[in-house]
Amino acid sequence: MKKIFVICSLLCSVALTSLAQDRYFTRTGHISFYSEAALENIEAHNHQTTCILDITKGELAFSVNMKGFEFEKALMQEHFNENYVESDKYPKSTFKGKIVNFENIDLDRNGNHKVEVEGDLFIHGVTKQIKAEGSLEVNGGKIIASSNFPVTVKDYKIKIPKTVIDNIAKIVDVTVKLELEPYNR
Amino acid sequence: MNRYILFFLVLLAPNLINAQDDLLEILEKETSGDQEINYTFATFKATRVINGQSVETTAGGVLSFIIGHRFGKINDGFQQLFGLDQSTIRFGLEYGITDNLNIGFGRSSFQKTFDGYLKYKFLKQSTGAKNMPITVALFSSTAINGLESDDTRKEFFSSRMSYTHQLLIARKFSNNFSFQLTPTFVHRNLVATTQDENDVYALGAGARYKLNNRVSINAEYFYQLPGENADKTKNSISLGFDIETGGHVFQLHVTNSKGMVERYFVTETSGDITEGDIFFGFNINRVFTIVKKDQAKN
Repeated sequence: MKKIFVICSLLCSVALTSLAQDRYFTRTGHISFYSEAALENIEAHNHQTTCILDITKGELAFSVNMKGFEFEKALMQEHFNENYVESDKYPKSTFKGKIVNFENIDLDRNGNHKVEVEGDLFIHGVTKQIKAEGSLEVNGGKIIASSNFPVTVKDYKIKIPKTVIDNIAKIVDVTVKLELEPYNR
Repeated sequence: MNRYILFFLVLLAPNLINAQDDLLEILEKETSGDQEINYTFATFKATRVINGQSVETTAGGVLSFIIGHRFGKINDGFQQLFGLDQSTIRFGLEYGITDNLNIGFGRSSFQKTFDGYLKYKFLKQSTGAKNMPITVALFSSTAINGLESDDTRKEFFSSRMSYTHQLLIARKFSNNFSFQLTPTFVHRNLVATTQDENDVYALGAGARYKLNNRVSINAEYFYQLPGENADKTKNSISLGFDIETGGHVFQLHVTNSKGMVERYFVTETSGDITEGDIFFGFNINRVFTIVKKDQAKN
C-alpha cells in the first residue's frame, strides 16, 4: 500500500511537471521597427526581448526593454528615449495576449502554423487592444515565432512635433522574430 | 494514511503554484535578476551649457557644426538697435572620435582667435549593475590670438597662446534637472601688466531645467578665485534656453561675456549686469552623421 502510494504520487508529480514545461521562452528575441517618412527612413533593432508562450493554453507575453533599441544615428536613439517613448519613465513595453485560432492548430506537430493573436499592447503608459497575424514554426522542440503589425504612434500618446512631421511616420511597422526554447524553471 | 496524502500534496504543490503564474509576471521575474548597466543619457542637450562646455560629447562618428553669435550690449540703446548692429561670431567644428572622445576646432571673430580642444568623458553616470552617481569629463583647450601685432614690443608667437583645463562633473538628478560643477584653470602666456596673473583659477557651475521634452532653461556662472584678475574683471553669468528640433539644438541666451572661448569669458568678462551690460547671443548646433553605427539587423 505504502509503495503504491509513493509511486503513484511520484508519477503524478512527474506528469504534471512535464505539463509545466509546455512553456517556451526566450530572452534574446528580436523586435525591430521601421518608420518611412518623406525626409528619412528610421530603423531600430532590439535583441533584448523576453517572450513566453504557453502552448497548452495558447497564451503568450512579451516584454521589451525600450533602451535596448539601437539606431543608425546616435541622436535618433537619444531622441527616441528622451523625447518620444520617455524610457526613463516607461522603461518597458509589454504585450499579453492569446492565440485566437488556438483550437484549430496543433503545436505539438512540426510545421509552420498560421496564428492570429489578440491582446493588450502596453507602450508609453498606454494600453491598447491589438490584433495581429503571425506564424509559429515548430521544429524539433523549438518554436520560431514571427509577426508583423502596424503601431499608430498617436494611439500611445507619443507626440510628434510639427517640425519633424516629415521625418517620422505616423504609423510605424513593427516586426517580431523570436526563437523560443522549452522553459525550465 | 493522512501522511501519504500530505506527501502527495507536497509533491503536487509546486506544480499548482506554477500553473497559476501570470505569463507577464514570469517575464518580470526572469528579468528582475538581470544586471545591466543603465547609463544616463542627455544630461544636457548640447555640448555647451551656455558659454562653457557641458559633459556631453558628440557621439562617435558624428560631426557637429556650431555657430555662435554674441551681439553688442543691450544698453547701447535704440541707436545701435540694442546691440544687434554689432556681432561677433564663432564657427566651430566638433567630431566624435569615439562616443567619449571629442576633438574640436573653432575660429572667433572676437580677437581673431583660433581654438582647438580635446574632451574626454571618463566616467559615466549609471545605475543597475554599476552604480555611478556622476559623469566626469576632462576638457583641455588651446587658444591663439590672431590679432595683428601692435609693434610696441618684441613679438613672440607663444605670447598669443593661452590654455584652459577643466574638469566637468555633472549629475542628472532627475529627468528634468541636471547640474554641473566645473573647476577651471586658465593659463595666459602673456598678460597686460606685471601685476596681472598668468594663472587664473575659477569654479564654474551650470544647470538646466527641462520645461518640456524639447525646451530647457539653462544657467551658468563662473566664479574666479580671489586675486588680481578677479578684482579687475567680472564673473561670467549667463541665462538661456535650449530649444531642440530634430537635428538642431538652438541655444538662445543673455550673458555679460562677449567672447566664446574660455580665456575670454572666464578671465576677461567686463560686462557689469547691474549697469545693463548684457549681450544677447545664440549657439546653433547641427549634427551630421559621418560614420553610421553598425546595427545587428537579424
